[in-house]
Amino acid sequence: MSQAVKDQVLEIIAQQAVLEVSDIAPTATLDDLGIDSLGLVEAVFAIEEAFDIEVPFNANEPGQSDFDVSTVAAIITAVEGLVASKKG
Amino acid sequence: MKRVVITGQGTINPLGKSAAETFAAMQAGKLGIGPLTFQDVDRLSIRIGGQVNDFAPEDHFNRQEISLYDRFTQFALFAAAEAIGQSGLVFDGALADQAGVVLGTAGGGLQTQDENYRSVYEAGKNRVHPFVVPRLMNNAAASHVSIVHNLRGPSFTVATACASSNHAMGQAFGLVRSGQSKVMITGGSEAMLCFGGIKAWEGLRVMSRDACRPFSANRNGMVQGEGAAVFVFEDFDHARARGADILAEVAGFAMTSDAADIVMPSKQGAARAITGALRDAGLPAEAIGYINAHGTGTAANDKTECAAVSDVFGAHADRVMISSTKSMHGHLIGGTGAVELLACIMALRDGVIAPTIGYQEADPECALDVVPNEARLAKVTATLSNAFAFGGLNAVLALKAI
Repeated sequence: MSQAVKDQVLEIIAQQAVLEVSDIAPTATLDDLGIDSLGLVEAVFAIEEAFDIEVPFNANEPGQSDFDVSTVAAIITAVEGLVASKKG
Repeated sequence: MKRVVITGQGTINPLGKSAAETFAAMQAGKLGIGPLTFQDVDRLSIRIGGQVNDFAPEDHFNRQEISLYDRFTQFALFAAAEAIGQSGLVFDGALADQAGVVLGTAGGGLQTQDENYRSVYEAGKNRVHPFVVPRLMNNAAASHVSIVHNLRGPSFTVATACASSNHAMGQAFGLVRSGQSKVMITGGSEAMLCFGGIKAWEGLRVMSRDACRPFSANRNGMVQGEGAAVFVFEDFDHARARGADILAEVAGFAMTSDAADIVMPSKQGAARAITGALRDAGLPAEAIGYINAHGTGTAANDKTECAAVSDVFGAHADRVMISSTKSMHGHLIGGTGAVELLACIMALRDGVIAPTIGYQEADPECALDVVPNEARLAKVTATLSNAFAFGGLNAVLALKAI
C-alpha cells in the first residue's frame, strides 16, 4: 500500500513542478521544486481527489497546519498517515 | 485634453478568430449563429447561439494556464494578443506603469460557476478545484491581460450587462484623454453559452428559437453569442511619435441612465446618450455616416432605438446607415460593444458597411436605412456605436477617421 501511496504523491508533486518523478528528491522542499502557494493548494486538491481523503491544510498558515509540507518526504508520510487512518 | 487613437484590434467571435476574418465575414454577411453544442442542451428550449467553434484551449495555453483561465479569460487573452501584437507596443520601463486594461463582462467566469455548481449540487461532490474563485471572478480576464502583458497602471473590470464593453472602453478613453494613462487595453469578453447561462435567459422569454432579425417586422427575439474583442487605445502624440498605424480616433463618449425600469429601454435615455456622445466628440449629427446599433432583435429595443435615433438625427436620420451586426454574431452581452466597434472601424478604414442580415419585412416603426442583408460600400468619416443595457444604463462611443 505504502509504495503505491508514495508513487502517487510523487506523481502529483512532479506534475505540479513540471519535473520527472525521478528528479524529485525526498529531501526537497516545495521551494526547491518551484511550487508556489497556488501550486501547493492545487497539489493538496489532487491528493484529496486521488485518495478520497480530507487534508487538514490551511493556506493562511501552512506551517501551523497539521499537514506537514516541509519536504517531499514529510508530505508522503502525512498522506500515508491520512490514508491509513481512513482505512482503520 | 489628449487625443486618443486606436492602434491595435483583436478578436475571437462567432464570425472569426481575428479582426481580418471578422471583417471578411461581416462583408460577406456571414451567419455565425447555429445549433448550440454543450452539456444538457437537450434540456433547453433555446438551442441556437453564436458559439465560437474549433477553439481548443490547449492550442493556445499550457496546462497550468488552462487551470486558471475560464473561457471568458481565454477569449480576452486571445484577442488582446492580436491587438497588442498589431500595435507593436512592448510594455516595459515607464510605459508599463502608464498602461492598464479595462474590460467589460457581464457573466465573468460563468462556465466555471456552472460546471462547479453542477458538480456539487447535481453530482453531489463535496470538493471543488482550488482555483474556482480566481477563475470565476469578473476581473480575472483583465487581471490576466495585465499579468501577461506587464500592464502596471490602472486596471479594472466594468459590469453593466449589455453595455459593459462600451462602458469599459469609455473609461479607457477617459484615462488616456485625461493623461492618467498613455495606453489602455480595452474591450470586453463573454462566455455565457452554457446550460445555466442560457437557462436564465430563457426565463425572460426574450430569446428567439430560430434567428436574430433586428429591425425586421417578423423578428422574434435575441440570440446569444460569445467571444471577445480588445483594442489598444493610445495617446495620439505617443502613437504618432513612434509612427504607429492608427486605425481610428476615439472622438467622444457619453453614458446616461434611464432611471426608470430594470429591463424596458427608454427612448429618452438612449437619445441623451447619443446626443452626449456627439457633443463630447464635437461632431454635428450630419457628420455621422454609420451607426452600429444595439439592435438586439427584440421589439422593445429596436423600436426604442430607432425612435431615439430619429429624434436626435432629425432629417439626417433618413440618410445615416444603421445596422445591427448581432444578426450575424449574436448578442455577446458584456462583450458585444467591443465586437461591434470592429464594424465601425471597418466602415471608417475600408469603406465597408456591415449589413443587418436576416432582414425580411419592413417595420414602419424602424423605418431607417438598416443596410438590409448585404454589405455596402460607402465613404464614412465618423461613426457611433450604441449600447443600451438592462438596468437602463446607456453608453455610446463616437469614432472618426484619421
